[in-house]
Amino acid sequence: MNWLSRNIDAVLELTGYHLVIALLPVLFGLVISIPLGWVANRWPVARAILVPVAGIMYTIPSLVLFLILPPLLGTRVLDEINVIIALTIYTVALLVRSVADALAAVPPHVIAAADAMGYRPVRRFFGVELPLAVPVLVAGLRVATVSNISLTSVAAILGVPQLGSLFTDGFAVENYDEIVVAIILIFLLAMVFDGLLLLAGRLLTPWARAGRAVGAAK
Amino acid sequence: MNSFGNAFAWLFAPEQWSGPSGIPARVLEHLGYTALAVLLGLVIALPIGMVIGHSGKGGFLVGAVNALRAIPELGLLILLVLLMGIGLLPVTLALVVLAIPPLLAGTYSGIRNVDRSVVDAARGMGMKEGRILMRVELPNALPLILGGLRAATLQVLATATIAAYVSLGGLGRFVIDGLYLRDFAQTLGGTIVIAVVALALEGLLILLQRLVVSRGLRRNPTRRRDRTVRPVEIAVETA
Repeated sequence: MNWLSRNIDAVLELTGYHLVIALLPVLFGLVISIPLGWVANRWPVARAILVPVAGIMYTIPSLVLFLILPPLLGTRVLDEINVIIALTIYTVALLVRSVADALAAVPPHVIAAADAMGYRPVRRFFGVELPLAVPVLVAGLRVATVSNISLTSVAAILGVPQLGSLFTDGFAVENYDEIVVAIILIFLLAMVFDGLLLLAGRLLTPWARAGRAVGAAK
Repeated sequence: MNSFGNAFAWLFAPEQWSGPSGIPARVLEHLGYTALAVLLGLVIALPIGMVIGHSGKGGFLVGAVNALRAIPELGLLILLVLLMGIGLLPVTLALVVLAIPPLLAGTYSGIRNVDRSVVDAARGMGMKEGRILMRVELPNALPLILGGLRAATLQVLATATIAAYVSLGGLGRFVIDGLYLRDFAQTLGGTIVIAVVALALEGLLILLQRLVVSRGLRRNPTRRRDRTVRPVEIAVETA
């Protein structure tokens, strides 16, 4: 592991790029998929279009999307923006059905209770329906985060600098240390952010634990 | 937009449609890598998932194997190729590692989520454990198992593209060669072929799912009560 101590600065810099490329799409994806999921839940026609389109987008392999976007957007192949947009598309594709289904699963009596308490639709959405969708959202976000962190490394083939660059570089010069360090780092980053999301999900849904505690006491 | 024009010109040029490095040959090669890895993954993951799901013991293993998803496929592939030399074996190994988590998770959660009263009824009718597993739990678990199979197949198909980076064939050849030769028409043409193959395979697998899953187990997304999602399904299908 001498290699790591000699190259720590470069590795840290690549880690920074890696996290920006992998995690910005999670944020963008969340912000985009909530209104889309709401629309899909509200209008069956929108659902009939959005859900299959999301499925199709999710089916397109990452390397394909990384390369089809540049001519569509007028960017260069090695611009990281292509990767960020591609991963945002995957995140939205993954979350949109989850959001729609989670919103559909909110029991009608809960909505009726919120209405009776005087909640207006917008406040009811953010105060009642969306919080109830948190467990499903977090499950989707965890899958998206882990897969984005891993998929980002594929962009090394196109020359976009991030931790995956250590794979292509290590392959060119047959440096095992470089490759192993990058595999371990990417794996650990995925585990850490997966754990953080799990924790955030628990903190955001205190009622889930309260319900379990009552169930256990019976 | 001219890039796409050039890509289609490349795509429809007659020389792309014959010979050992033509599109049909590369498609078969690519599907071959994919089928080999998914079948090996099934041989490993299906029995293990069935036993763990039926006995309820060893669920931690599923969680541990799930962590494999966080391993970057490009790094694993390159490492195995450096260790074992260029060839089909390291590539297949890397692809099998990718295929196992969704297959195992699908099988395990499929079996685990079978209604306990159905299993108890089978037991009450005098069915032996092995028969319960094969005749009751397995058919009931099919939707999630096939969900896992779909996720595994598409992930392997996508990753098999990278095999070309370590000097193997398959559809990635066009993409990688195009990048090296600065022949973007070939790269883009190759990505179009990969996308079409991926979508066609996904369509076939959805069809398979419809055909083999018992009608009593099908969900109808237009019916409100069928729309409840369980995080387990999301985890399996979108892996």
